[in-house]
Amino acid sequence: MRLVNFIKSSIVGILDMAQELLSEIGLVLMFLGEFLYWAIRPPFRIQETFRQLDFVGTQSILLIVMTGAFTGMVSVLQGYNAMSRYGAESLVGAATALALARELGPVLTGLMVVGRVGSAMTAELGSMRNTQQIDALLSMAVAPVQYLVCPRIIAASIAMPFLSAIFAFSGMIGAYIMSVEYLHIDAGAFMSAVRDYVTSSDVTQGLIKAAAFGLILSLVACFKGFNAGGGARGVGVATTKSVVLSSVLILFSDYLMTAIMF
Amino acid sequence: MIQVDDVRKKFGDQEVLKGVTFEVKKGSISTLIGRSGAGKSLLLRHMIGLDEPDKGHIVIDGKDIVGMKTPELNKIRRRFGVLFQDGALFDSMSVSENVAFPLREHRGLPENEIQDVVMQKLDVVGLRRHTQKYPSEISGGMRKRVGLARALALDPDIVFFDEPTSGLDPITRGAIYRLIENTHVDGKITYFLVSHDISGVMAISDEIMMIHDGRIVACGTPDSFRTSSDQVVQQFLMGSPDGPISID
Repeated sequence: MRLVNFIKSSIVGILDMAQELLSEIGLVLMFLGEFLYWAIRPPFRIQETFRQLDFVGTQSILLIVMTGAFTGMVSVLQGYNAMSRYGAESLVGAATALALARELGPVLTGLMVVGRVGSAMTAELGSMRNTQQIDALLSMAVAPVQYLVCPRIIAASIAMPFLSAIFAFSGMIGAYIMSVEYLHIDAGAFMSAVRDYVTSSDVTQGLIKAAAFGLILSLVACFKGFNAGGGARGVGVATTKSVVLSSVLILFSDYLMTAIMF
Repeated sequence: MIQVDDVRKKFGDQEVLKGVTFEVKKGSISTLIGRSGAGKSLLLRHMIGLDEPDKGHIVIDGKDIVGMKTPELNKIRRRFGVLFQDGALFDSMSVSENVAFPLREHRGLPENEIQDVVMQKLDVVGLRRHTQKYPSEISGGMRKRVGLARALALDPDIVFFDEPTSGLDPITRGAIYRLIENTHVDGKITYFLVSHDISGVMAISDEIMMIHDGRIVACGTPDSFRTSSDQVVQQFLMGSPDGPISID
């Protein structure tokens, strides 16, 4: 009987979580509609968009380079371990390049940017909500979504493909160093395999995913910040939920886009 | 002129505003007083269009803002300024950038003219020497003064003040009230304050309204409040925990 009750309450709990998630996604989509409405109307916040581009893009480069390099090196080690069983060590460069371009680049860049930028956006906007700065904008006849949200979403959507490309590039440098210097794979074989197997459509797919992830993470971050509850606790909860929801949506949309573009 | 007519607002089962009605004369300094949690700031939010009542009307210079579409409401908002409780300055902007903000958004002036207006407004509030500081680098009283300069930047017809002296020491409170009096041009600009600082508002207001239990219970000049025989008014003026106003 206790087991039955436990199973029942677990199922109810899972269904409640699923309902909450779907409801959140619905509200985020409505927020997307508001963004699209304001994004095409002047005044266009060019200066603010460039400021956000600097924050999202330029200030994330070092983090992305380091993450990319380590990812490339680990990919080579793991790939070599598997491929050496079939005598295909020389293809480890190509396999790493494909993984970086199509998956690891956009996804890991997205997750790193969620942690650095998404959380900051949510915290900043949540804090502005709590200190009536958003009310002040409204009272001065300035649309808060246009002034605060549009530059952030546009900047993140533009910056992410560049960051993903930098991730992949630094990943390949790490992969090359690991392959040639540590695993003694022939440099020529490494490079020619990359050239033979990686196509422009692999790169394009990765960049499209990165742009989509930029849109998703900034949309969720701004939505959570705008709707943050009261006080420091409210901002903290909103920031945590923003990171979790953005990460889940990035992984889910990665699956969807991969299935469509496969 | 501002007319608030039978404004009602409920949150769940709790009715906070139960039919608030009063009028604010053009060019006056009018103050809404009441105890904490009476609904003063909530009513102010309705008057500046941040919330909508469940019922009732708020008419500003002949136009009912309840249910008004945002573009039209924004035209009215450009004619008023708001000083929020903690100033609500933008953290990412300096003092001068905060004051310049409404000018850049709505006036389309060349930058040198914007800076002239900014310096003029900061002169009025006595903060000319702090233009490059950020809100985190100045005191609470200074933040309110910058907020006032920003509220006055577009030379508004109406200025709303939400608890302009809350959290300030007596001397700074006096300075804020003096600023409110000095910047009020008789007959030309309407000031509407929300406050529970009795001594300060009695000295500067032309008209006072008291809200209690979601309704206006008294309305008149400061002298009429001082001599009122209404027990609710007297309990509030005396600051006594004993009387018809429950402390729960």
